[in-house]
Amino acid sequence: MQQDKLIEELQSGNEKAFSRIYELYSQSTYGIIFGIIKDASVSEEVLQDVFIKIWNNASSYNPEKGRFFTWVLNIARNASIDKIRSKDFKNKKLNLKSDIFVDILESKSNFFGSIDAIGLQKYIDILGPTCRKLIDLLFFQGFTQKETSEELQMPLGTVKTKNRVCIDKLRAKVL
Amino acid sequence: MDINEYISSGILELYVYGSLTEEESREVTRILNQFPEVRTEVEEIEETLQNLSATIAPSNAEDLIHAIKRKLGNSSKTIVMETRKTNNLPMYIGWAASVLFLLGLFLMFNKNQELRGELQALQVEKAQMESQIANARLDAEKSKGLLTVIRDKNIIKVPLAGQAVAPDAYATAYWDKATNTTYIDVKDLPEPPRGMVYQVWSLKLEPLTPTSIGILDNFEEDENKIFALENTNLSEAFGITLEPAGGSKSPTMEQLYTLGVVSS
Repeated sequence: MQQDKLIEELQSGNEKAFSRIYELYSQSTYGIIFGIIKDASVSEEVLQDVFIKIWNNASSYNPEKGRFFTWVLNIARNASIDKIRSKDFKNKKLNLKSDIFVDILESKSNFFGSIDAIGLQKYIDILGPTCRKLIDLLFFQGFTQKETSEELQMPLGTVKTKNRVCIDKLRAKVL
Repeated sequence: MDINEYISSGILELYVYGSLTEEESREVTRILNQFPEVRTEVEEIEETLQNLSATIAPSNAEDLIHAIKRKLGNSSKTIVMETRKTNNLPMYIGWAASVLFLLGLFLMFNKNQELRGELQALQVEKAQMESQIANARLDAEKSKGLLTVIRDKNIIKVPLAGQAVAPDAYATAYWDKATNTTYIDVKDLPEPPRGMVYQVWSLKLEPLTPTSIGILDNFEEDENKIFALENTNLSEAFGITLEPAGGSKSPTMEQLYTLGVVSS
């Protein structure tokens, strides 16, 4: 309920509400963007653009159509995908080794050593390869259920139920 | 609805991902507003995903808010001033180009629609011509058949002259005794009024006994106006009367249009 009020205030142009929204959503949004772009400085740029869009287009968010988080997620995905398709990004010829977010988790834990490693490791351990792929496509890449079913050659219904199992596993550990 | 089943179906996860259609999402929102347990579930899924993605973020995003606010401040005020001063020619060219491009697209679209319409009209015309040709062929065959009938020397031709109600009317009966068929040519009869039909009678003269040999249905549609009727009678004369639709048991003599006696 408090969340609804906050979003209403954001929509009416309240800067404080915007700051609060930033606090609540910036870190996860940043992660989504980085999960697609895989370049820290470009992701930072896109994150800024995304929040500028959130501020400017807040009034177009309609709670009946879905969660605010989902709305933000869509903006972030679209901006990131636009970015990696753009000319100046391609010109950088970034050599991306990692394909999916779990690789980022792994490489991060390798690089940063002990600091985050324990926190990160818990995700890696619990998610099997199917879960990783499912979450990558559905959550990060924004695939539809049908696209995911085609990509993974998995029946449509299985995508739904299997993904549910994956998220359940995460919830058990994270929350 | 079984709410637990609904929750465990996995639809709520897809809802948070944004991978449902707009309609499906609206439905989930409705259910979520109705059932607190669904709302809690969605909030937990959301939190899990937020946690997961936040872990992937390369660094702390906290400080970036200042940069964003600076940009927001700029975009509302100074950018307007700046754009006024700077040379806008490339922008205008860009706009002009896009307007032209749109115009071009529009014209092409229009032309396309036009051509499509013409093509469709031509196709319809072609179909009509085809059916006309088919009809003509059918008519020709029919006429050929009728011609052989009329030329046949075994056929008795009986001219039926117009009577009091219709002095200008005229008809001809061709009686083929071998096949018990009488062909009635009624090209020179007026079209019957609505709800009325011509009925053909075979007559014996002494005493006068009429026998119906048929009703000329579909008078308007039949192009050559020649009707083949079965006639097993020993006819001495043929008459045509106008009768109410469906025909009558005995002829309405006041409406006798044509009459002719078989010459033997």
